[in-house]
Amino acid sequence: MDFIRTIFSDPEIWQITLLSLKLSGVGTLLSLLIGLPLGTLLAYGKFPGRSIFMSIVNAGMGLPPVVVGLAVAMLLWRSGPLGSLRLIYTPSAIVIAQTVIAAPVVTGLTSAALQQLNPRLRLQLLGLGASQTQVILHMWWESRLPLLAALMAGFGSVISEVGASMMVGGNIRYQTRVLTTAIVLETSKGQFDVAIALSALLLAVTFLINLTLTWIQQRGAKQ
Amino acid sequence: MTIVLEIRDLLVRLDQKIVLDIDALTVENGEILAVVGPNGAGKSTLLLAVAHLLKPVHGVISFDGSHACGETDTQYRRHLSLVLQEPLLLDTSVFDNVATGLRFRQLPRAETKQRVETWLKRFGIEHLRNRPACKLSGGEAQRVSLARAFSLQPELLLLDEPFSALDSPSRTRLLEDLKTVLTETNTTTIFITHDLKEASSLGERMAVILNGKLHQIGTPDEIYANPKDDEVRAFLGLAGKGSDS
Repeated sequence: MDFIRTIFSDPEIWQITLLSLKLSGVGTLLSLLIGLPLGTLLAYGKFPGRSIFMSIVNAGMGLPPVVVGLAVAMLLWRSGPLGSLRLIYTPSAIVIAQTVIAAPVVTGLTSAALQQLNPRLRLQLLGLGASQTQVILHMWWESRLPLLAALMAGFGSVISEVGASMMVGGNIRYQTRVLTTAIVLETSKGQFDVAIALSALLLAVTFLINLTLTWIQQRGAKQ
Repeated sequence: MTIVLEIRDLLVRLDQKIVLDIDALTVENGEILAVVGPNGAGKSTLLLAVAHLLKPVHGVISFDGSHACGETDTQYRRHLSLVLQEPLLLDTSVFDNVATGLRFRQLPRAETKQRVETWLKRFGIEHLRNRPACKLSGGEAQRVSLARAFSLQPELLLLDEPFSALDSPSRTRLLEDLKTVLTETNTTTIFITHDLKEASSLGERMAVILNGKLHQIGTPDEIYANPKDDEVRAFLGLAGKGSDS
């Protein structure tokens, strides 16, 4: 049980945990800001190339984080197109990569959730005098339980990824070291106690957040 | 009587197929027009076109001269109210469902409450005000849907087969209640149905639509007495009598 002592005695572990939560939380929120409108457009929009766009989103739901890491690293690299922003090996770079990973997940699940609603509900709301914005807000409300599941899936995909964070963040101590990259580092050093402590924290954090969201979801379902 | 809805030269096409082709149709103020026809005749298409929920290939749908006022579709639709075959209630309480359209119009809270209470009472569902909509029976849900529509005090009420999913006793009771409310409120109504009994009971005039075309319009008595052609006669179930004459 050395790992429990390690968790409580090492302040750096808590700094890493908080940074992980912060970066993955921001990444998930940004992916929600992108995924909700895009998923809604995919569900209700009629435009040329919609099927291709939907296929791209669906394929993106299984996007390997290392591939995202490579693409974002090439963009943010000092000599890359966005190199002048000097974001490579910063927490912002990790947020960008995690947003790219989670956005297709949230988009795809949002689109699927909205398409499960009765298509005539939209007509009914318009027939009661709703504006397009009011219709969309009500459709989101009606889909709130599957949308919460989309949020959980998005968060789960970024809190647990390691490849992209390592490649664009650089695993710099006190700056871009997050739980997953720290676990890889400690394991490679043979520091299994610390690696186990970090893993236990990662599991606990993921479990607690999903437990909270599931509780909200199930409470909504019961109501 | 004043004409409140005027339809001219309306053509609607779905998937390259003409589903509605109406030269002229008018609805007068306070009138209940029952639109009848078999399934797939184009009745619901007419209703959706009137509600600007479907874009016709061409034609004029003028409600109280609205085509000339430059209103947006949302502004236009706020003159009317739509009730569909399924109640399509939101996943919330009965009260909130009835308040939906009033909140779209951002009416003051007190007025919303007062109107919702009034219409819950009128349709005999005030005891259900806090019940989740998902726990209602079919008849109760359709009453909520009607209360939601009437609370908007629409200038034009569009009813798309609101009783077709109900069992016979619920249908009869709701039809009677609706008739009373429509008489009391003098609401101009287009009532879509394939049930000729319902149409004759509720409609002051009846429009027969067959294969997307308006075949005949008149009072139910006039249409039964003088069906315009064999197709109308057959639809009314008078084929035998017609062929004898």
